[in-house]
Amino acid sequence: MGDRPADVRVRDFKEVDTGLSADEAIAEAERCLQCKKPLCVKGCPVCIDIPAFIREVAEGDFPGAARTLKEQNMLPAICGRVCPQETQCEGACVLGIKETPIRIGALERFVADWERQNGAELPKTARPTGKRVAVVGSGPAGLTAAAELARAGHAVTIFESLHEAGGVLTYGIPAFRLPKDVVRAEIDQVLALDVRLKKNYLVGRSVSVDELLGYDAVFLATGAGLPAFMGIPGENHNGVYSANEFLTRVNLMHADAFPEFDTPVLHGGRVAVIGGGNVAMDAARVARRMGAKVFLVYRRREEDMPARRVEVLHAKEEGIEFLTCTNPTRILGEGCVSGLECVKMSLCDLDASGRPSPEPIPGSEFTLDVDMVIQAIGTSPNPLLVSLIPGLKRGRRGNVVVDENGRTSIPHVYAGGDIATGAATVIEAMGSAKRAAAAINAMLREE
Amino acid sequence: MKRLYKVELATKLADRVYEYWIHAPQVAHHARAGQFLILRLHETGERIPLTISAVRGDAVRVIFMAVGKTTEELATLRAGDSIKDVAGPLGKPSEIGKYGTCCVIGGGVGIASTPLIAKELKEAGNHVIGIIGARSADLLILEDEMRAICDELYITTDDGSKGVHGFASDALKGLLNERTINRVWIIGPAIMMKVTSGVTVPYGVKTYVSLNPIMVDGTGMCGSCRVTVGGETKFACVDGPEFDAHQVDFAELMQRQRIYTSQEKVLLERFAEHQCRCGEGGHHHG
Repeated sequence: MGDRPADVRVRDFKEVDTGLSADEAIAEAERCLQCKKPLCVKGCPVCIDIPAFIREVAEGDFPGAARTLKEQNMLPAICGRVCPQETQCEGACVLGIKETPIRIGALERFVADWERQNGAELPKTARPTGKRVAVVGSGPAGLTAAAELARAGHAVTIFESLHEAGGVLTYGIPAFRLPKDVVRAEIDQVLALDVRLKKNYLVGRSVSVDELLGYDAVFLATGAGLPAFMGIPGENHNGVYSANEFLTRVNLMHADAFPEFDTPVLHGGRVAVIGGGNVAMDAARVARRMGAKVFLVYRRREEDMPARRVEVLHAKEEGIEFLTCTNPTRILGEGCVSGLECVKMSLCDLDASGRPSPEPIPGSEFTLDVDMVIQAIGTSPNPLLVSLIPGLKRGRRGNVVVDENGRTSIPHVYAGGDIATGAATVIEAMGSAKRAAAAINAMLREE
Repeated sequence: MKRLYKVELATKLADRVYEYWIHAPQVAHHARAGQFLILRLHETGERIPLTISAVRGDAVRVIFMAVGKTTEELATLRAGDSIKDVAGPLGKPSEIGKYGTCCVIGGGVGIASTPLIAKELKEAGNHVIGIIGARSADLLILEDEMRAICDELYITTDDGSKGVHGFASDALKGLLNERTINRVWIIGPAIMMKVTSGVTVPYGVKTYVSLNPIMVDGTGMCGSCRVTVGGETKFACVDGPEFDAHQVDFAELMQRQRIYTSQEKVLLERFAEHQCRCGEGGHHHG
């Protein structure tokens, strides 16, 4: 098992990595040294007892392993697939010093998939406390907080503005990296803890701020909503997308299956994706699967890309052409995209982020022949709800200001995930949600 | 647990123009003038924005013209049928205030948006003048409703079959020449809003238009609905849908409304074919 061949997988949206078999999982788990002071756990934002679940896998006790995982993390099939384990648990594994670290992510995924196929066991919930908690947003942070709070016995209502739950797990990450039935199954497990989900509810519009603040506690997890655009000429030509829009049309609205599904999306013959993060890789690989020749345009070097190495590798295997040290300056066309004007960049001094700062090289301008452009250069917090809550302190970039436990400037209002931290990973959002849920719990118990 | 949004009342108002009342309490209880909702008919449906035209109890009214696949399909629903998803109210409400004399202009199916705005302006203490215009008398909608709300109502038709022979812009020009108007709202097709708002420029009257670009989520997440206003990119779903008419790049709006013209044609043809087959078999596949 492992990755499906690139020439096969670019023809569909099925999962790239086929996962471990039971025998492979047991063999991998048996390599674990069962460290007395496990560094891997320190590397895990949601504090899973990693040695314990790996021991259970080694013993063939898959239900036990699932129980151990879900003790700390209700979304293991998702995390096993999209967490950057190489910089977290696996990055800390002592085996990594001399050989390869334990494939903790693959094992987590194996256990979660095994449980889903063999009947999931619901964790116990505490006796009802009579406290009501509102969770705004059903992405990774919202789901995690909802699960933690429901297990503690509170009555939790999640408000979701879209017609599907999951946030970025549903609209953002493509099925070939995160199958949608996997996402749905893990959301259903959270909902099975007696969590109420209200879809099509945009808080601040369909639910008033007064009504929201009437809950005993509120957790804001509205995500990093607004897509950023570069601000170059031609950006509003037909055929220019934000990665958010392109991915939402395909992942949430199934535009790849048009006209069986009613939502259209343009099929570029030659597509430029601008950016170097995971979202840029996702957009590029989706465009590739829809039949395009895809160029990935990034202003720094490949090694400076914030995307996971495995995503960069997968993108390259699938034939995405990387144009690094290249910055777009103008989108050409009369109404529709007919090309992308770029300039080569030289990388000089290190900037504040510790990466070399790119400077345009005079006279190196060239035009890339493309008919579609996707900008994947980041997002900023959606200001809609947070600007409507009086007295809620916000940072310079519009994010909600929180302390290390997710407390905002309003006593019973907490926030986590991208709306608080700025764009980050699924697991970081979950980690911040867990800390906030613990603090909410403590607050509600004191009352 | 599936929440169903039931059609309470479905009426045909004019050729291809329909009035639907939909049970959607979370929208109805909070809707204000100028806002819209997004609906999705079924599992394979697209999300389309429609202006909220009126509110009564738990129900909201939308008035639409069947011009694309989704609106054609919506028009086949009868009272008692359900819509899979309705989200809203979305967008910023109209900037209602006490301005003095206000003129609210609707063109064609855009008239649907005018009663709520006129009503809120009236309640805020303004003298409200309505102008409703259509291609011909039989396409004119909500005349009685607007007459009941407005202090004065003017009617124009392109073919002269009712009211003043001409465009809403002509009626507006006439009014601007004879008295002071403090604020103007114009809602209609993009080209009508462009032309009509051009009339107020020399008079320096603050004029709002309600833009209708293509949207997906309607909550600021995707940027599909970006429009250029005063040289800046704005998202119609969260920064609008109402904007200062004199700052709007209408040419860009109209160009972006045409992004999916060929795909829309494919959808509509497939739908017409499907309807046709169903008709022949004498079955109705909800």
